[in-house]
Amino acid sequence: MNILVFVETSEGKIRKTSLEAVAYAHGMGGTVTAIALGAADANELQAIGKYGASKILHAADTKLNEHVIQVYSSVLAKAMQDENADVLVLANSSLGTPVAAKVAIKTGASFASNVSELPNTSGGFVVKRSIYTGKAFAHVELKSPKKVIAIRKNAAELKETGSVGSVTNYVVTLNDADFNTKTISTEKATGEILLPEAEIVVSGGRGMKGPEHWGILLDLAKALHAATGCSKPVSDMGWRPHHEHVGQTGVKVAPQLYIAIGISGAIQHLAGVNSSKCIVVINKDADAPFFKAADYGIVGDAFDILPKLTAAVLAAK
Amino acid sequence: MKILVCISHVPDTTSKIAFVDSNTKFDTSGVQFIIGPYDDYALARAIELKETSGATVTVLNVGLIDTEPTIRKALAIGADDAIRVNAEPTDSLFVAAQIAEHAKGYDLILMGRESIDFNSGVVHAMVGEMLGIPSVSPVMKLDIEGTKAKMSKEIEGGKEQVEANLPLVAGCQEPIAEWKIPNMRGIMSARTKPLKVVEPKSTESSVVTQKFELPAPKGAVKMISADNVGELVTRLKTEAKVL
Ligand SMILES: Cc1cc2nc3c(=O)[nH]c(=O)nc-3n(C[C@H](O)[C@H](O)[C@H](O)COP(=O)(O)OP(=O)(O)OC[C@H]3O[C@@H](n4cnc5c(N)ncnc54)[C@H](O)[C@@H]3O)c2cc1C
Ligand SMILES: Nc1ncnc2c1ncn2[C@@H]1O[C@H](COP(=O)(O)O)[C@@H](O)[C@H]1O
Repeated sequence: MNILVFVETSEGKIRKTSLEAVAYAHGMGGTVTAIALGAADANELQAIGKYGASKILHAADTKLNEHVIQVYSSVLAKAMQDENADVLVLANSSLGTPVAAKVAIKTGASFASNVSELPNTSGGFVVKRSIYTGKAFAHVELKSPKKVIAIRKNAAELKETGSVGSVTNYVVTLNDADFNTKTISTEKATGEILLPEAEIVVSGGRGMKGPEHWGILLDLAKALHAATGCSKPVSDMGWRPHHEHVGQTGVKVAPQLYIAIGISGAIQHLAGVNSSKCIVVINKDADAPFFKAADYGIVGDAFDILPKLTAAVLAAK
Repeated sequence: MKILVCISHVPDTTSKIAFVDSNTKFDTSGVQFIIGPYDDYALARAIELKETSGATVTVLNVGLIDTEPTIRKALAIGADDAIRVNAEPTDSLFVAAQIAEHAKGYDLILMGRESIDFNSGVVHAMVGEMLGIPSVSPVMKLDIEGTKAKMSKEIEGGKEQVEANLPLVAGCQEPIAEWKIPNMRGIMSARTKPLKVVEPKSTESSVVTQKFELPAPKGAVKMISADNVGELVTRLKTEAKVL
């Protein structure tokens, strides 16, 4: 089996979820080729090999620095052909997921997104995907000879295989008609830990009382090297930016640790956090529904507990 | 301008999910069905465009007859007419192929960023691919200027301003518009608005669901005293091993 993995870059660096996609492909067995499009750091490209890619293709054409979905999907469909790939694996993301869907159509492949485990190939090719916003899973059989799989965070364990891959330049021919969307400007938090990729998330709800109180939450996040999230009303009221909103209608997170402060635990919020490994809830109301979904809970006032918790985290280092 | 809004018919966000027939079928008992929350944003923006620039709004659903109350609700909110493709929406590629069959001739095809049952987040990209037109998602702001759409699109950790020519497919999310609630007049007029039922174009599906599974239940919460916050840190380190 030949597996092609699309690795996404962000400011030249390979996204961690893309390395998980390489590890996922390695876990499937077969020959793994990774492909990166646009500007990418040479050392970072080389490091992809450690997760099991024997070959790393790099298309450095500067026109690929803008993430045009149509362009990326044409390049990847062609790369699948050139590499004789049976399967394309990539990480779910605002870029990866639509690109994968288009590649599936271009190549006549069966497609699944939100895949959470390695495929079962004992009879056919069956993947487990998350549905109903994490409230259930479906086992779906991909019947076409070619397959495109978009995986969610933690679908594969990120571990080094001890192998070394070689980086090769990949020449692309771009089609002008594919540049069918134009990015006018990008506003992006730099240096911040991205919420969908974070291993620890510290999240605040309406119980934080107002944006002016976020300092104590940010202190805890900093001490834990965590990303920050919030409930929907918090972003609706503009206390926090919209991309921090976690839940059914926001970002779905899957960290090792999710700490919810002053969030009641409405089912729509839980839908975005139910893939977290460990959930800590801090709420002054002992009957808050969130406690039922938590691993650890503290009943108390956030304004009292947060500074103490931050101090305890720093002391334990 | 002609706008097509594709709506999914999904369990209410508070629904408890369960399966029957040895985990091969969704258990609909006691479940309330709604217009997908993201699709509701798409519909709300379409109605705003209708009010400000005189567009016509058609809603489309791929579903069996039980989705008709959901379609009527979209008509009550303000859509002019509706199409139901009479088929079970088995997988995204199948749904996209059905939508693409009917989406030609529209200037703007609005969808939700994702359905909340299968959460694929791809039907818009697939329809764009099938029709050879741009698709953008998730769109938080959408304005039409002449033959161009100006959009704000969410990306990980931020947003992008994106432009594309019409016709175009957009997957919508908040705060593109405020959800609209049907009023009495809307509900009355929805009863007589045209709802066309069409048979699916046969497309064999290359993705087959074998069975469903529920996540393993969570263990009981371990409570820690507010006077002993340090214990939480210790237990996260040594017991849960997440620090
Ligand atoms: C279709 C739909 C989709 C939705 N999608 C989402 C979504 O994606 N994400 C989401 O979050 N919500 C979503 N919601 C909204 C959701 O139903 C809840 O309204 C929302 O999650 C509540 O936010 P909250 O917990 O911050 O606020 P509240 O429900 O007001 O809870 C505040 C909590 O803070 C506690 N508290 C107050 N003061 C303190 C203090 N000093 N210290 C400690 N605790 C304190 C209170 O006891 C309470 O439990 C959706 C709703 C609908 C209908
Ligand atoms: N059965 C359906 N009928 C009409 N539109 C649909 C259907 N399923 C999904 N859609 C549209 O496609 C969007 C993305 O769905 P999905 O790719 O399943 O997450 C939804 O938000 C809807 O706008």
